[in-house]
Amino acid sequence: MYTLGIDVGSSSSKAVILEDGKKIIAQAVVEIGTGSSGPERVLDEVFEKTNLKIEDMANIIATGYGRFNVDCAKGEVSEITCHAKGALFECPGTTTILDIGGQDVKSIKLNSQGLVMQFAMNDKCAAGTGRFLDVMSKVLEIPMSEMGDWYFKSKHPAAVSSTCTVFAESEVISLLSKNIPKEDIVAGVHQSIAAKACALVRRVGVGDDLTMTGGGSRDPGVVDAVSKELGIPVRVALHPQAVGALGAALIAYDKIKK
Amino acid sequence: MSEEKTVDIESMSAKDALGYFLPKVDEDARKAKKEGRLVCWSASVAPPEFCTAMDIAIVYPETHAAGIGARHGAPAMLEVAENKGYNQDICSYCRVNMGYMELIKQEALTGKTPEVLKNSPASPIPLPDVVLTCNNICNTLLKWYENLAKELNVPLINIDVPFNHEFPVTKHAKQYIVGEFKHAISQLEELCGRPFDYEKFFEVQKQTQRSIAAWNKIATYFKYKPSPLNGFDLFNYMGLAVAARSLNYSEITFNKFLKELDEKVANKKWAFGDNEKSRVIWEGIAVWIALGHTFKELKGQGALMTGSAYPGMWDVSYEPGNLESMAEAYSRTYINCCLEQRGAVLEKVVRDGKCDGLIMHQNRSCKNMSLLNNEGGQRVQKNLGVPYVIFDGDQTDARNFSEAQFDTRVEALTEMMADKKASEGGNH
Ligand SMILES: Nc1ncnc2c1ncn2[C@@H]1O[C@H](COP(=O)(O)OP(=O)(O)OP(=O)(O)O)[C@@H](O)[C@H]1O
Ligand code: SF4
Ligand SMILES: [Mg+2]
Repeated sequence: MYTLGIDVGSSSSKAVILEDGKKIIAQAVVEIGTGSSGPERVLDEVFEKTNLKIEDMANIIATGYGRFNVDCAKGEVSEITCHAKGALFECPGTTTILDIGGQDVKSIKLNSQGLVMQFAMNDKCAAGTGRFLDVMSKVLEIPMSEMGDWYFKSKHPAAVSSTCTVFAESEVISLLSKNIPKEDIVAGVHQSIAAKACALVRRVGVGDDLTMTGGGSRDPGVVDAVSKELGIPVRVALHPQAVGALGAALIAYDKIKK
Repeated sequence: MSEEKTVDIESMSAKDALGYFLPKVDEDARKAKKEGRLVCWSASVAPPEFCTAMDIAIVYPETHAAGIGARHGAPAMLEVAENKGYNQDICSYCRVNMGYMELIKQEALTGKTPEVLKNSPASPIPLPDVVLTCNNICNTLLKWYENLAKELNVPLINIDVPFNHEFPVTKHAKQYIVGEFKHAISQLEELCGRPFDYEKFFEVQKQTQRSIAAWNKIATYFKYKPSPLNGFDLFNYMGLAVAARSLNYSEITFNKFLKELDEKVANKKWAFGDNEKSRVIWEGIAVWIALGHTFKELKGQGALMTGSAYPGMWDVSYEPGNLESMAEAYSRTYINCCLEQRGAVLEKVVRDGKCDGLIMHQNRSCKNMSLLNNEGGQRVQKNLGVPYVIFDGDQTDARNFSEAQFDTRVEALTEMMADKKASEGGNH
């Protein structure tokens, strides 16, 4: 039996096809999210990777900000529940989850049975989110996929103290004009994100096993900065960006198994 | 307080009575102004008893601003205030009121009604002859009213209430507040040019107690599960607890509402029919600008609001004739108290409402109410095992609230509550 999970986020669309609630058959990520052609494209992509069709799906659950605009979905579940499910599947035994998405940062605390006990999300501010990273990678003229390399080159991370994305952007520009080495600025940016994200983790309680998910965790600089900030090792989910979609597919399976 | 002959209040439903009396408070003030009687603008939890005893009509800028917000008229008022230099970080009730005041002041000075005012859904209220404030809920109200007094060149009566770092309210704090009351009385005597009417004051105190007793009784209907009472109704009826607690308007309306609640219980007519899936507390001020949205989102999840510490702020029960008792009542509002007391109030509301979760409004306007949300939530979670969620919002500034963010948080909370119930062996 196959189930499909779709996560239409603010920045990207993700889909996962699952077999018998156990095995990931295919996953796809398209880097545009809600309100775009992303959801449609991600469905095309995920099915292209298999010889399955949408009719073969026994159940389909949507999550993410665009969850109500996925026509083929048979139900919607919040990102919190989906991320918890997905992360627990990819990293069994995990007790704390930190998801850094394009617009949201969320930290989730699970109990020993994997139930969500508490969660905290960023407020209206974009500090600590993927959007912050995106803006910085643009001013620094470093592609997102290379930010991590620059981070690890830094010996003396610069202080980026503003949490506001707009203020931090001008702070970075002035650091650049002072000829501070780029790697040090990059590391400062990563530390700034980590500080903000870790405040949310602390709010739900750090625990001893943290799993990171979301696009932000594809940047090894962010992961390392979070790990240093909290002083604990951090696991990254196998398919970090698709964890929400995976959780949705798992819930889709659970719902019809009941 | 006189009931006009043409309206048949007797046969009105509670809702109709609310719809009749709430605008009547403003109407009374307009009438007073016309007849040359005094009008006071008052902070929402300042004691109205003194002014009412001296026949001064009272309107409440916070309630007024909430009404403007609910009717989507806040952005225009905020803009006027912000153009005058009021920062976006200042409480939006204050900014809406500063905007409104500016417009009616211009109108009074020029004889012309500014366009913005013409197009505003704001209920018209007259300029005040005196303003009354009390810092028992926040200190913004001090500067706000000081500013009103200065801008409009009217006297300010300020009832200074110390913060209760210890609870119950200490003897010396009560004595100090009684001193403040006495000073307010002498200010009113000077303003009115006649001695304070202690006889009427006693009657007004008694009326206030009857109104408040009825108000307090409404919330006791949360003890029923399923509940006949929808907590959002408290937000609606609260207008009278604020603006007419010293008048019989509120007593009449609340008693009608209580009667209807009794009928609902007798006929097993529950607020959400048989769709009450969970019960939540709403901590903090309502998001007036999105009252419908927030309610519908919760209703869609079968989450009924069965408690809030906020409407309880108007539980000013005291012994008429005893100023110290009255001082105590106006001092113990939960946001004027230490974390211990605040947490205890929150826990009681959760217990009384048999709540499964807490929704906390991180209100960008009201720092005093929001600052301890997390601590309060943690305490309730620890002591009662009830999960909480915090959302970002504002009572009257739409720029600080996002529907999608609210929905995600509420849905996550309801999923948590359902999973918790299922794991405890309850029905899903
Ligand atoms: N190598 C990378 N490629 C693409 N995005 C990356 C990469 N590394 C980090 N990111 C970050 O991932 C973010 C998007 O994350 P994700 O796909 O989890 O967001 P989302 O689910 O759409 O958003 P949200 O959950 O907030 O609605 C981007 O803003 C970007 O900053
Ligand atoms: S800051 Fe809070 S308590 Fe003070 S006036 Fe504004 S909303 Fe009311
Ligand atoms: Mg996401």
